Amino acid sequence: MDINFSAQDLEFRDEVRAFFASEYDAKVAESLSSGQGEDYKEAIVAWQKKLHAKGWIAPGWPKEYGGTGWSVTQKFIYETERGAAGIPDVVPFGLKMVAPVIYTFGSEEQKAKFLPRILSSEDWWCQGYSEPGAGSDLAALNTTAEYAGDNYIVNGRKIWTTFAQFADWIFCLVRTSKDVRKQQGISFLLIDMNTPGVSVKPIPTIDGKHSLNEVLFEDALVPRENLIGEQDKGWTYAKALLAHERTGMAEVADSKRMLANLKQRAAAEVNGGQPMIADPVFQMRLSDIEMQLMALEYTELRVFASMAAGGMPGPESSLLKIKGTEISQSIHELQLQLAAYYGGALQGDLSNQQLGHEFAAEARKSYMYGRAASIYGGSNEVQRNVIAKAVLGL
Amino acid sequence: MNFEFSEEQVMIKDSVARFVRDEYDFDTRRKIIDSEEGINRDFWTMFAELGWLSVPFEEQYGGFGGSVEDLVAVMEELGKGIVVEPYVSTVVIFGGLLSAATNADLKSTYIPKIIDGSCLGSFAFLEPQSRFEIADIATSATVGKDGYAINGTKTVVFNGASADSLIVAARTSGEQFDRDGISLFMVAADAPGVSIHSYKTMDGQSASTISFNDVLVTESQLLGAAGQGMEIVDQVMPNILLALSAEALGIMATLNAITVDYTKTRQQFGTPISSFQALQHRMVDTFMACEQSKSLLYRGLCDANKVAVDPSVGTAELLKSVHALKATVAKYGKLIGEEAIQIHGGIGITDELNIGHYVKRLMTINVTFGDADFHQKKFNQLSYSSL
Repeated sequence: MDINFSAQDLEFRDEVRAFFASEYDAKVAESLSSGQGEDYKEAIVAWQKKLHAKGWIAPGWPKEYGGTGWSVTQKFIYETERGAAGIPDVVPFGLKMVAPVIYTFGSEEQKAKFLPRILSSEDWWCQGYSEPGAGSDLAALNTTAEYAGDNYIVNGRKIWTTFAQFADWIFCLVRTSKDVRKQQGISFLLIDMNTPGVSVKPIPTIDGKHSLNEVLFEDALVPRENLIGEQDKGWTYAKALLAHERTGMAEVADSKRMLANLKQRAAAEVNGGQPMIADPVFQMRLSDIEMQLMALEYTELRVFASMAAGGMPGPESSLLKIKGTEISQSIHELQLQLAAYYGGALQGDLSNQQLGHEFAAEARKSYMYGRAASIYGGSNEVQRNVIAKAVLGL
Repeated sequence: MNFEFSEEQVMIKDSVARFVRDEYDFDTRRKIIDSEEGINRDFWTMFAELGWLSVPFEEQYGGFGGSVEDLVAVMEELGKGIVVEPYVSTVVIFGGLLSAATNADLKSTYIPKIIDGSCLGSFAFLEPQSRFEIADIATSATVGKDGYAINGTKTVVFNGASADSLIVAARTSGEQFDRDGISLFMVAADAPGVSIHSYKTMDGQSASTISFNDVLVTESQLLGAAGQGMEIVDQVMPNILLALSAEALGIMATLNAITVDYTKTRQQFGTPISSFQALQHRMVDTFMACEQSKSLLYRGLCDANKVAVDPSVGTAELLKSVHALKATVAKYGKLIGEEAIQIHGGIGITDELNIGHYVKRLMTINVTFGDADFHQKKFNQLSYSSL
């Protein structure tokens, strides 16, 4: 057993490392982390355009559509280096969520129309799945699309739509047939956000930021050409996409970086003159997380090794989402604990520097929004149902 | 990147698995435990013939030349059968210390005897006051005219009753807690002045209280330089922890499998209890606990393999990994054991069912060479004291 990389892979790692070091500078990082609203959009789009220019924007895509043609190992190295450098992932809705559906199930016209604009970050996509009555039980969704003439008439309400306020397009699951098994009457529609009858309403979240929205459809006319695949087959396409969404959720490299930052902060924060990092109780909490993360790192490596050898990910892969989110949440928790009183400040016009304990306000926000990690992408309870059935045969 | 066992390792793993499946069922094990010696000598001879006792030893002594990875392959399968024959005491610990020893005569005398099955050994280190601190040693070895005289008492010496030879940790200099000044001696179990009082332990094995009254030893019985015994212990400890964790992992996987199967057949409220979500999620958690433990075991093996190639790099990572592994296996082993009992219900606390016996071996492994808290504290010292 070993985790040695080949000489070529190490060369590739150095290339990725060098690119990130030279292109992801402090300015990009600053505008991404402090940005709110349009600033954030501008910053992340600018960064994605840099990745596109380099040809690295879509490692997960097949090469013919603009993917990198990297091996499984190279993709793994790229993700590890990205996380280690503290670089946020690309906005997933276009590149990682709808694009795989389009290139797998879409028509040639749809591929030609949408894929290049996703690669170049010209179009911002959002996801129209959840509804007030359809959360974990997604197939209970009720937004309807009635076929009339050459259009679908869409009516209904989608919620938890991340960054809908920036979006040019939304991909939706809509009900096209009733009186069949609920999974069988669902279709996959691509909808232009500028369509008359589509409106967006913010849902403020407990971190004080605005990322979630409600998207309303009132007699919105959607051309038939925007239907993916066959009518009433949307559930199949969505399920394929959900599996895609789950594989990238261990976020080991990101958690490792967060934990390293946390340790630095714990060395700087003092209580009774003693650095928190030297407090035996705090050390136990820290190592509870660190040991879990050391295990998860190897669980992820085991999955990648079996994929790199041409196999399918084994049963160990199914726990990546649950453990990955549990670990990132526990890092957020400990960070908030470290922030103590100082995490409560709503900063208004004050800068982090003026507030002191610079990490503290952000620690609170990450903690609050971080609660979502065990809810989205299939809640951790739903993930447990999946493992119970698919792995344990219960 | 590679997490597969080699073809050779798979062969030996399969051969141990076959033995456990075909010859070591729960009733056979119970009869062995109830027998006078508490181990089956015929099985031990069979282990020797199958080459299992030679796995970690150098070829020059007739060994298989295996690595700790080979040892782990064997241990995981022995764990699945909760085999009570003293493989850990004799091959992993006694043999491991000998392999790390510098006394060539002792090595060439004893290692071949371990391999052919004629020597069972034990490591006598623990004392009534020392708990998990191996260096807390009051037993003395004082210089006499032809060597040393050992005086003191060792306690919980695993498999001391059947041991032919003992490696005894005794102080030749320094104070009670000093790491310097501890020496390792090879002592025959029947040497004058050695008295052994043995008892059965909860895991179906046995342990002994051994007292040493003016037991005379010569310099030729020292495993290495006088006073430097801890160097040998430190060198072997990662392998011991990896091997014990592998045994624990075999037990954890078995407990999970038995429990999952049981819920599929046990009917309550007119339906198999496997259909209850409250139980399903708990079994998913124990499944994840097992996979995470396995990942840490593999991490430890990767680190050990790196150190084996070049001892000057990676020793700190290896130590962190094995402390994390032992702490995690202890914590998760406890979780898995308790859940197995709970999900079985009343039958789970009966002596008749195998579940409780797997749990008791896990409990013994948990405390052997340090429990979860002990190893987590060691991990903390290595990880956070320099920040």
